[in-house]
Order: sequence, then structure tokens, then C-alpha cells
Amino acid sequence: MTDLTASSAPQPSGVTTSYLAEVRLRRLYSGAGVLIFVLLLVAGFLTANDRNAGGFLNGLPNIFDFPADVISEAWEKAYDLPALLWKYLPSLIETVNIAGAATLIGALIGGLLSLLVTRGLAPSRWAIIPIRRLLDIFRAVPEIVIALILIFILGGGPVPAMIAIAVHTTGALGKLFSEVAENAPHGPLEGLRSVGAGWTQRMLFGVVPQVAPNWLSYALLRFEINIRASAILGFVGAGGLGYDLRNAMSWGPGKFDEAAAIFILLFVTIVTVDQLGGSLRNRLTKGARV
Amino acid sequence: MSDITATYFDTSRGMSRMRLWIFGLPLLVLVYLVYIFFAFDGPRVFAEANGDNGKILMADMVSYKVHVTRDNGSGAVEIAVEGERKGRYPEGSSPDWVETGAETVVDLGSGYLVTLSGTSDMRFDIPNYGTVIASASRSGGVEATFPDGPIPDWINAARNRVAITTPEGRVNITRSRTEVLRYFPGWELFFFTLDSRYYGMGPGALAAAAFGGEAGAIWSDVWNNQVWRHKEVIWALFETVLMAFLGTAGAALIALPTAFLAARNFAPLGIFRQVTRRIYDFLRGVDGLIWTVVLSRAYGPGPLTGALAIMLTDTGTFGKLFSEALENVDAKQIEGVRSTGAGGLARARFGVFPQLVPVLLSQILYYLESNTRSATVIGAITGGGIGLLLTQAIITQKDWEEVTYYIVLIVLMVFAMDSLSGWLRRKLIKGS
Repeated sequence: MTDLTASSAPQPSGVTTSYLAEVRLRRLYSGAGVLIFVLLLVAGFLTANDRNAGGFLNGLPNIFDFPADVISEAWEKAYDLPALLWKYLPSLIETVNIAGAATLIGALIGGLLSLLVTRGLAPSRWAIIPIRRLLDIFRAVPEIVIALILIFILGGGPVPAMIAIAVHTTGALGKLFSEVAENAPHGPLEGLRSVGAGWTQRMLFGVVPQVAPNWLSYALLRFEINIRASAILGFVGAGGLGYDLRNAMSWGPGKFDEAAAIFILLFVTIVTVDQLGGSLRNRLTKGARV
Repeated sequence: MSDITATYFDTSRGMSRMRLWIFGLPLLVLVYLVYIFFAFDGPRVFAEANGDNGKILMADMVSYKVHVTRDNGSGAVEIAVEGERKGRYPEGSSPDWVETGAETVVDLGSGYLVTLSGTSDMRFDIPNYGTVIASASRSGGVEATFPDGPIPDWINAARNRVAITTPEGRVNITRSRTEVLRYFPGWELFFFTLDSRYYGMGPGALAAAAFGGEAGAIWSDVWNNQVWRHKEVIWALFETVLMAFLGTAGAALIALPTAFLAARNFAPLGIFRQVTRRIYDFLRGVDGLIWTVVLSRAYGPGPLTGALAIMLTDTGTFGKLFSEALENVDAKQIEGVRSTGAGGLARARFGVFPQLVPVLLSQILYYLESNTRSATVIGAITGGGIGLLLTQAIITQKDWEEVTYYIVLIVLMVFAMDSLSGWLRRKLIKGS
């Protein structure tokens, strides 16, 4: 494809050669980058394959064994399925509530903290850096760490999961919110200041109305992510559908119809929330009325 | 005039709707949170929250204890860090606050003195309280005499068991053994175990030994530390990063070519587009949790299982993101390349990719960091990487210093991946 860049038109030859040399160098770098990436990928795959209990090729034929078991069992007991779906509905509500409450709490605290770390809005300059680092740490600690420790102190149940997800959400939303707030025009703020509004009033009436659509849109996206997190934390003992799934799995064959019911509930919930959230977010960011 | 009236009414209606939002929304939030409080059984959670567990955890995170254990049958005394076999002091040696001999004297500091004599006698001198004398036997249980007066609440005495908790240390006596625990700040044996030649050496002496040609031996003692298991822990961290890397890279490699099928402006046939999109939706909707559960049935525990679970979920996510990016590609550049007579491949290479690569790379790199966290959780479920070590350490409910160590490492790992992905993003996208 060199012919695309080389030109046959008369040109000062120095420019052409140096341009071609640069192109060649760039290609060399890209080529080396791709080569390193491929090597890493292959080596990584071989290592992972080696350290896994079952190798990739050995396990490949078995991938569908378990889904097939689950589906065939669920099919045999299809008449039970509605009852099972009904039975696990409270767990589903718990999973959704964990995500909902965590998103809400995280968004409220994250919103407040984001205003404290946004340059130009922060009431005290020295607090910006420490709070930013705090948000970084909140974001970096995986939810499972906080959840497991809180399960030890508070016992199993939805509260540890909710707090764990809320902490992570605070960190993630705090950063995004502050990026949004940074770009908000300062006109309304100055207007409010000129009539003697305090910091809280300036934020509440000068910033929040401007950023609300974007903040809401980010919070909705977080909610979609948190539903998944809430289900997965249940699996390590924090209540909701994940917890029931672990129990159903540990009962083994014969109870796979229960697992199937949970799979269905989880799948439908995630897809529904994704779709609803997606269309709501579209309306929020494209400026249409909610 | 009517114009103004209309505007006035419009505005005031808008204002009252605004007011409704301003007061209604916080109220809704409050109502929901109250509902959550009761739905999650908040009162019970707070009533039953185990404050002692919290205290043990906090204290254990930053301190360690040394157990002096005497077998009440044979009278044999054993000293071990955290009571672990791997932390045991070799026969005949002891820390300087324990005096061994005919009787064992344990100096807990500040005048707290425990004397173990015979095969089953114990004497505990407690300042400002008095002396507790106890003797244990298999037949008679634990017989203890306390100073006059009511027994304070930091002593727990029963027929078969006496537990004394003081600020300087604890003594537990059961029929079979007497155990004295002394607490120290810090993480003991972090670098060298007791059987290492370098145990107890100061940094100066160590540096001298290292320059004297023993650097390899020193490193090997640290690396193979059997109490903290640095080797296994670092491998586990590596496995977690590997899961994230393989999962993200694999997903990107699958999603990139297939995304063309799902993009409106590239897919020639609507049916392909619909099928591809539904596959993406399915992969995303099933979610990492279910993929993990399904895959661990086929592959068992290990990093590969986690990597494949991440790969499947993210193929769906990337597919959606990539096809959206493809649909937003500017057609003019492709047109321009086409006008030079370029074929399909060349149009993709010079018309599409330059527009696409920055967007895709930044998404992929963002997910790489996020997947490092997911890999920790997935590892806890499938049994691989640092997630497994973490859950194991937490389940035993005693090695909180190890839990702290893992948490610190996990946070550092996430920070490192974050800066790595940020650095790559700057390098690759801004093209410096």
C-alpha cells in the first residue's frame, strides 16, 4: 500500500524522502507494538491455560454440558417454572433495591463531593486534592473487598452489598460529576453571587439545574452497572438473586430448574434495565423532555 | 398585552412545576431510602452489628500476637507467632520477654507477669488487681483463685475455662492447655521467617550482606516466605491482571470484525445486522456472573475461566460500542479515499480506521482497568487469582493482617492498571 502515499507528481525530493522515512518509522513502531501485543496475548493465553484446572481445548466440548443440563431440566419441569419465578421475585426485588439504594446514596454523596473538588466551585482550595485522592481510593477498591469485610462485621444480607456498591459508586460518580460541573457556564453563579447567595444556594440553584441532565444520565448508567454488581456480590454471600443462585448451584442436579428460574429473572432484569436506561439516557442527553 | 399574559401564565406554570420537582424529588428519595431501611431490616442489622468483630479486625490489621502455649498434660511449652506452625520458635530459643527453664516466665510488660510452672500451674500477677492462680487438669477442670472481691468483667471464669483479657495481653486456660498471648504492633515475619539466617538483622547489616554477594539468598528467603507467601500472592495478582488482559483483548479482537456486521452503514444485509446485534445483547444480558458460573463448570477453577467469562460479557459490550462508533464514522473521509480509486480494504484501512482507532482504544483501555476489578470478584467465584486468596483469608476470620496486605496490593494493582491504561491512552491516541 506504499503506492498510496508515494506520489508521482514532481516534488522537492527531500520532502518526499523525509516524509517516506517518517511513514516507515511510524509503521515500524506500529508493527512492533502489534507484535508485542500478539506475543503478550499468546504467552498470556498459554500461561492461563497452563494454570487452569481444565485446559481450553479439553473443556471446549463440555461448555454446553451445563447449559444443556439446566435447560433440559427446566424443560422437564416447565410447569413449575412460573411458581419458581414467583418464588424468587422477592430476591430479585432485593437485588434491584441494593443497586437502586447504592446508586442513590452514591450519587448523593458523589454529587456533594464532586462540587467540593471542582476547580472554580470548591469552597476551599486545600480540600480539593485530599478529597480527589479519597474518590480515587473509593473507585479503586473493588466492591467485593468492602462487602466481605462488612459481612464479617454486620453479618450476611443486603446491607453490606449496598454499602460496598455505594462506596464504589461515590468514587466513580464523584469523578464524572465533577468533570460535568467543570464545564458548566459560570454566568448563573455570578448572577446568584451578585444577589448575595451563599455557597449552598449557588450550587443548588446555579450549578445543579445545569448539570442535572448529565448527572442523571451518568447515574442511570451506574445503576445499570450496579445491578450486575449487586447480583455478583450476592454470590459471595450478600443476599439477593446471586445468593439464591449459589445455593441452587450447590444443590446440584435435580435443582437446576431453580437455577434456570434465577438465570431467567437475572437476564430479563438486566436487559430491561439496560433498554430502559438506554432510552432514558438518550432523551436526557439529546435534550428532550423527560 | 395578551402576549405578556400568556408568557406570564406559562412562566408561572413552569415555576410551579419546577417547585414541585424541587420539593417532590427529595421527598421521593427520602421515602425510598426509608423503605429501603425497613426492607433491608435496618433496625436488626444495627442491633446485631458485631462491634467486637470490628474491634478484632481493626486491632488485628495492624498488630500480631505471639502465642506461648503450654500443654497442660505434658508441660511442654511452645512459642509461635500467630500460633502458626510456620511461625514457631525453634526448640530452645525464645524471644527475650519469655524466660524458659524450670518454669516459664512470660513478661507481658508494664508489670504483667505470667508464670507457668509444673505441668499445669499458672500464676498471673496483674498490677492494681492482684494475683490469679490457676491449675488445670483433665479430671478437675480449671481451678482458679482470684483476689477478694467481685470478679471483674475482663475475666471470664467457668468450670472448664478461664479467660483473662488485659491491655497487655490475654491468658486462656482450658483443661488441655494454657495459652498466653502478647500483642505487638506491625506485621511480624513479613520479610524473613524465623528459620531464615537473616531474621532479626537490621537494614544496615542486610545491605552489607547483600553487597557481600548474598543478595540472591536474601531475595530467595523473602520470596519464599512461608508465612506471608509472597510468591503465591504475587502470582495471584499476576493471574488477576492476566484474566483482565486476556478477557479485554480477546473481546476486542472478536468484537472488532463482527461490529462491521452490526453497523447500519457497513452491513449490506439487515438480517445479519439484527442477528449480530441480538447476539451482542444476549452476551451482555447474560452477564459476567452467569458466564462465570457456566464456564467454571466446564473449565474448573483458574485464570482461563475468568478470562473467558470477561471475554464473553465484554464481546457484547464492545460489539455494541464499536458498532455505534462505526455508525458515527464520517463518510467524507471514506469518500475521499475512494476517489483515489482505493478498494474496500484500503478504504477500511485509510478511511475508517484512523477515525475509529482513538475511540476504540480509549474504550478498550478504560475496560482494561475496570476489568481488573471485575477479575478480582470473578476470581473469588471461580477460584483464581487474588480474589480467591482474599476470600480464603476472610473466611478463616483470623488472618486480618493478611487480608489487609491483599487489600493494599489489590488497590495498588488497580492504581497501576489505571495509570498504565492512562499512559497507553496518551501514547497511542495523542500519538506522541
